[in-house]
Amino acid sequence: MENTSFHSPYTPNTDDDRRQMLDAIGAASVDELFSDIPEEYRNPGLDLPPPASELELRREIEALANQNLTPGDYACFLGAGSYRHFIPAIVRQIASRSEFMTAYTPYQPEVAQGTLQAHYEFQSLICQLTGMEVANAGMYDGSTSLAEAALMAARITKGDRIAILDTVSPYQKSVLETYAAAPGLSIDTISKDAGSVEKGTACLIVQQPNFFGYIEEMQELSDLAHSNDALLVVSCDPLSLAMFKPPSDYDADIVVAEGQALGVAPTYGGPYVGFFACKETYMRQMPGRIVGKTRDTQGREGYVLTLQTREQHIRREKATSNICTSVGLIALMSTVYMASQGKQGLRHVAELCYHKAHYAATLIDSLPGYSIPIPGTFFREFVVKCPKAPADINKQLIGNGIIGGLDISDQIPNAMLICCTEVNSREEIESLAAALAEIGGSA
Amino acid sequence: MNIRNFGNNPRKLLMDRSVSGRLGTTLPPLDVPEQKLPPEYLLREKLDMPEVSESEIVRYFSQISQFNFSIDHNFYPLGSCTMKYNPKLNDEMASLSGMSEIHPHQPADTVQGALKLMFDLQKILAEITGMAGTSLAPMAGAEGELTGMLMTRAYHLARGDTNRTSVLVPDSAHGTNPASAAMAGFGVITLPTDTNGNTDLDALKAAINDDIAGLMLTQPSTLGLFDTNINEVIRIVREAGGILYGDGANLNALLGRVKPGDLGFDVVHSNLHKTFTQPHGGGGPGAGAVMVSERLLPYLPSPVIECRLDDQNKDTYTLSTPPQTIGKMGAFHGNFGALVRAYSYIRALGDQGIDAVSKDAVINANYILSQLKNSYDLPYERICMHEVVFSARSLKRDHGVSALDVSKRLIDYGIHPPTMYFPLVVEEALMVEPTETESKETLDAFIKIMRNIAQEAKDNPALLHNAPHDTPNTRLDEASAARQPNLRWRPGPSEHSAEL
Repeated sequence: MENTSFHSPYTPNTDDDRRQMLDAIGAASVDELFSDIPEEYRNPGLDLPPPASELELRREIEALANQNLTPGDYACFLGAGSYRHFIPAIVRQIASRSEFMTAYTPYQPEVAQGTLQAHYEFQSLICQLTGMEVANAGMYDGSTSLAEAALMAARITKGDRIAILDTVSPYQKSVLETYAAAPGLSIDTISKDAGSVEKGTACLIVQQPNFFGYIEEMQELSDLAHSNDALLVVSCDPLSLAMFKPPSDYDADIVVAEGQALGVAPTYGGPYVGFFACKETYMRQMPGRIVGKTRDTQGREGYVLTLQTREQHIRREKATSNICTSVGLIALMSTVYMASQGKQGLRHVAELCYHKAHYAATLIDSLPGYSIPIPGTFFREFVVKCPKAPADINKQLIGNGIIGGLDISDQIPNAMLICCTEVNSREEIESLAAALAEIGGSA
Repeated sequence: MNIRNFGNNPRKLLMDRSVSGRLGTTLPPLDVPEQKLPPEYLLREKLDMPEVSESEIVRYFSQISQFNFSIDHNFYPLGSCTMKYNPKLNDEMASLSGMSEIHPHQPADTVQGALKLMFDLQKILAEITGMAGTSLAPMAGAEGELTGMLMTRAYHLARGDTNRTSVLVPDSAHGTNPASAAMAGFGVITLPTDTNGNTDLDALKAAINDDIAGLMLTQPSTLGLFDTNINEVIRIVREAGGILYGDGANLNALLGRVKPGDLGFDVVHSNLHKTFTQPHGGGGPGAGAVMVSERLLPYLPSPVIECRLDDQNKDTYTLSTPPQTIGKMGAFHGNFGALVRAYSYIRALGDQGIDAVSKDAVINANYILSQLKNSYDLPYERICMHEVVFSARSLKRDHGVSALDVSKRLIDYGIHPPTMYFPLVVEEALMVEPTETESKETLDAFIKIMRNIAQEAKDNPALLHNAPHDTPNTRLDEASAARQPNLRWRPGPSEHSAEL
């Protein structure tokens, strides 16, 4: 067989097409079209692997995928900001429709009503779930939502300090630190018993349930923020809202969330979707895309991107944020998930998580050497004190077909954060307890 | 689009479709003993979410999906957005359970395949752009810009150079550039464009001083032109101690033709959802990988993927944090799903295929330029790169037909409008980017339609003013949408509750 030179299947034009077009352009060769590039740097050569056929490439990437230990093949008890939940088939099916998947940001509303209407649904369902008055069409992820909420609070209050409760996820807090440093916002980490915040505090940030999985007493924290003229920013777990009081009940000003738990696979950390909702009075300070309902020239209802004078393409350096491309398709996935689970399903899934996590905690608490050190109500995650280093325990658990909880011994000595959702069967939970007993006993 | 919906109005919202008792999915039973519930005061009393059956949900979203134009259905020459074909293999690879189900907190030794892919992609992107290192952490182009500007800030501060408080941005730049510079704490000084469409060197010389942290330059520019002053621009900024930031939104024009690192850029971001075929998804997700020169390596965001030999001499991949890192740009490791797709695309094309992309993209754009320059104004009479910016200035002046009218009329012909009214330096701008994945036949059809529209503008301007004609909505009232925002469903009678 003759080995011909490579021609990409994604590029239709042949040498003959190219020649005809170059003739029409009046160029002798394609090189002529690049004559504006300084000659000394032109055509440097690319040291890349050779082209791979679809068959070869599929095998190569499948081999890479197979090198990973995949939850599902392994029982997995990791959470801490990324959650494994069952995703109904229609979520991926609808999001895979090329009408949604291969469209751009809906700048031309007449040919983007599908995307726009879906994003209006997304905003609506986030408002329904959080109890907040308005929401945007999504941010990159929960952590950047939180960072942008802090920047927004600083714009609104003109404060230059951010107070953050010491039970907020360190993963979210680290992103806040990146975003807050350049504009010169100071971050004060406080405990819930602090009783006061510094003067000039723009907002108090609280995570609900907190990083350790526990429900915070929000009314007290809300009073603490508001009595100091600071906004209350709540980073919530959207699924927990199907079971626990929504942030509107304790007068939150800005509510953000990592939306991944609602219909998005863990995907090694992204793409996810950040929810962003607030009181209507702060609407014009929101970052990100916002879809609004309006009418067309014939009086029919339709949707457009709106409040665009907040945004970078109009306001440039005075915009509320630099965000442009966000996570439209992931917002669609969470919308379909919320519709699919619906009123009954969301509550049911939340309760399954609650019961399973508490069943697991009860089993583990009874094991010699293990304890549940934090009192109070938790949702689907809890902290376990282990008889030896969680990293060592986790290594041994892998041998039992189990990916254990997150090692948080940098925060609490010998502690592991264990998460249970509806995908963790009773058998998995009991195997985890049995394996922990065995590993703990060999201490 | 004129679908008869037989009593199923696609504009009716989920909450208005809700019927008590309907289920959208099946609910698994509880298989552990029921536990004691939390105290009542913590619990939610009322959850008002939709109750809609699975079949209704699928029909609803399928119907509204058909209101969209998309690459798979339409020619989509949206300038600066690189709406090229998105290979299907990439989606399947990202959906493999070994990619989509892995958890971001898994220990590195349990995700070696994922880390190897990321490590290789870091190397590949550094090679393509001629840079020393890569961060895959930023989740979109604008976050890549912010990353680059935060690194610029960190670089100067680490040298005790605390007076560099402003950044230069050309007036042709995408709005994210000045917005990103501002988020990184810089003031923004706008540089004009000269009469050839290049950076105005006199203005640059006048603006540059010890207060300037750097210059953000899109190369080729948003005018679709390669800035021929580039060597001089870079020399001036470098000699003044500034950092050169390259906005890689237009990287498609440069693949294999020139490496930004060779030109002297210190940092360049790449929109993997443009150049490297991550589908745009109706507004993301994207990925904004950032490549840097040697001097910015210590400031890269966390994590970067490293490869070491383990005690059995085997490659081992780890997540690491650079010594003077600017920190984290997201909770985890970037938009991994987009990274898998970009990797799959680049490996499919390989050295030969990547090298050919810019050639075909630039031929296609210049072909359109050559065939339409007599029908539309061409603000800069030069060879263009991967996109061409026309102006509807004469049509506006002579026939009252605007760039907006031309754009909306294209919809009637099944073509997505170009980017309009951008860059701001061109009056009535129409920015056309065909990409390399369109055939000559498609381009010829587009050219014919654009010529027709120019003729229609003269013969029947009302036809253009009223376009589009055949879409679910005619032109929408954006002014009243902003004046009286309606941003969410609210309970109450809906005009869509009456069936068609």
